[in-house]
Amino acid sequence: MKQYYHSVRLVKDLCKGCTNCIKRCPTEAIRVRDGKARIIEELCVDCGECIRICPNRAKIAVEDGLDKLKEYKFNIALPAPSFYGQFDARYSLEDILSALLLLGFDDVFEVALAAEGVTLATQKYLNAGAGGVRPVISQACPAVMGLIQVRFPLLLQNIAPIESPMNMAAKIAKTRASKRTGLNMDDIGAFFITPCPGKITSVRQPPGDNEIFVDGALSIASVYGMVLAALNKIKAGQGPKHKPVQCASGAGIGWGRSGGEVKALNMGTMLAVDGIHNVISVLEQVEKGEMDDIDYLECLACTGGCIGGSLTVKNPFLARVKLNQMSQKGSGPVREDFIKEIGPLVEQGYFGLRGKIQPRKVEPLDCDLATAIVKADQLEKVLEQLPGLDCSSCGCPNCRALAEDIVRGLALETDCIFKLRKRVEILAEEVLELAKKVPPAMGHRHYHKSTQEEE
Amino acid sequence: MVMNGKQHRQEFSVNFMDFIGAGQAASQIKLLLQKVGYDPLVIRRASIAAYELEMNLVIHGGGGALSVVIKPDKIELLAEDDGPGIADLDLAMQEGYSTAPLSVREMGFGAGMGLPNVKKNTDVIEMKSEVGKGTWIKAVIFTKNEV
Repeated sequence: MKQYYHSVRLVKDLCKGCTNCIKRCPTEAIRVRDGKARIIEELCVDCGECIRICPNRAKIAVEDGLDKLKEYKFNIALPAPSFYGQFDARYSLEDILSALLLLGFDDVFEVALAAEGVTLATQKYLNAGAGGVRPVISQACPAVMGLIQVRFPLLLQNIAPIESPMNMAAKIAKTRASKRTGLNMDDIGAFFITPCPGKITSVRQPPGDNEIFVDGALSIASVYGMVLAALNKIKAGQGPKHKPVQCASGAGIGWGRSGGEVKALNMGTMLAVDGIHNVISVLEQVEKGEMDDIDYLECLACTGGCIGGSLTVKNPFLARVKLNQMSQKGSGPVREDFIKEIGPLVEQGYFGLRGKIQPRKVEPLDCDLATAIVKADQLEKVLEQLPGLDCSSCGCPNCRALAEDIVRGLALETDCIFKLRKRVEILAEEVLELAKKVPPAMGHRHYHKSTQEEE
Repeated sequence: MVMNGKQHRQEFSVNFMDFIGAGQAASQIKLLLQKVGYDPLVIRRASIAAYELEMNLVIHGGGGALSVVIKPDKIELLAEDDGPGIADLDLAMQEGYSTAPLSVREMGFGAGMGLPNVKKNTDVIEMKSEVGKGTWIKAVIFTKNEV
């Protein structure tokens, strides 16, 4: 039975069984077996590092298609803030939102706008003392949430108990659309335009089993071509009848790159970290209690933040320049109305995360503690015998991981090509020695004394 | 108490004033405890204690060895060094007291929180020290929830 849903998958035919992904995976969740990369479900956090590194493009994210829009009577596109950073400066923010309508959506709701609500809710939470927890860790990045569930279970209590901008955007947009059109919430589809596979996963399997209002996710990469075509139409005067009003201010749009969330939050001592390996080293510091003087921690798995997502198109550094410019944008009347409207909702806990995010049960060496200790002892002994080159030819990310798989009974010592060579060498020497042995009837050696005497 | 012959010991050498390597032994100990599957709270206490003991070896002890012995019912941490030693162990256990020389304090260390922090996060602590010879510290964390 599958316990975890993952959007990151392997296209078996394209996988050559090389070792690029297993060495890059931050949770060591991949092994090459039978010439193909296999993902260990309980360890994968859908960060997309393997999608980025795979030279054969064998790692993909399974997403929803535009076909899914047919299942609903009214469809809303929810563009991520990072989406705005993908296009040339000659297209205005309104053009970009209008293009989504030409793709077949009936309405657009900016996740950047919901992000501004999340900022308000976070400020309220921090002002109320955050339950004495320091630092409070942002809930925005799904891969970081997975990382904490897998590797830092004790830090789950540090996560801000606030909904993601994506889910809040869907909730607000669907509620509004339902009022306006008279349709049931179930007849309205909300689709996130995502920069990363992590968000696709969190639509299917939200952390903490919270109610999810998003009905599907389409990657920025998959709609990019169509959006470009739509933008050209708009420039040619063939835009939609009613242009959507762009409302989010620079504060919300800024969430698309690293540092944007804390810039919008602007209170206390804050720190923004991006890149999953950097996030890991900072979370280790948090665990040691070395970061107790930080109030708020923004952790984003991708370098540069969401604009660096593995399903984006534009070079993240160029996208950052664009987003930096856009984040200068001030507030307008529509956005002001929105803030007035959601202010009381924030007070009522509308943005609060209801379910509790649980740790993922990562299998110990053995379910029996005493046996696990014995296996830990064996592990070190096996490791001592391995070459320590971390070459990954065995299909494990490093020698330690192979030693661990060996004591778990999932691999053999001869999976190591150096150990195998040694065994072959010993065998070859034995064979050679045997080959030199000649039967007494033919040879001259090894006569018994008694037979010599007879001669 | 369950007496069980099953145990595993690992030793890490810690170098004097090696601030780049500092913390690696504690990190590896934490990883080991996670693989074995101890309770997360037990792992946290042991990791903090291991880190403080390791930093003590780096800063005060002139380097030495940090070992961990894991058993089903307890985790033992052992820190041994041939450093300057501690003249008054009772005083050293008090928060804010430090025997660190001025040179160490000038670096911002020696606030006197190290050993009290080890004590806070472990169930039993044993120490032997001789001035000019070295220090031996054993800290024990019981893995069951009975304290």
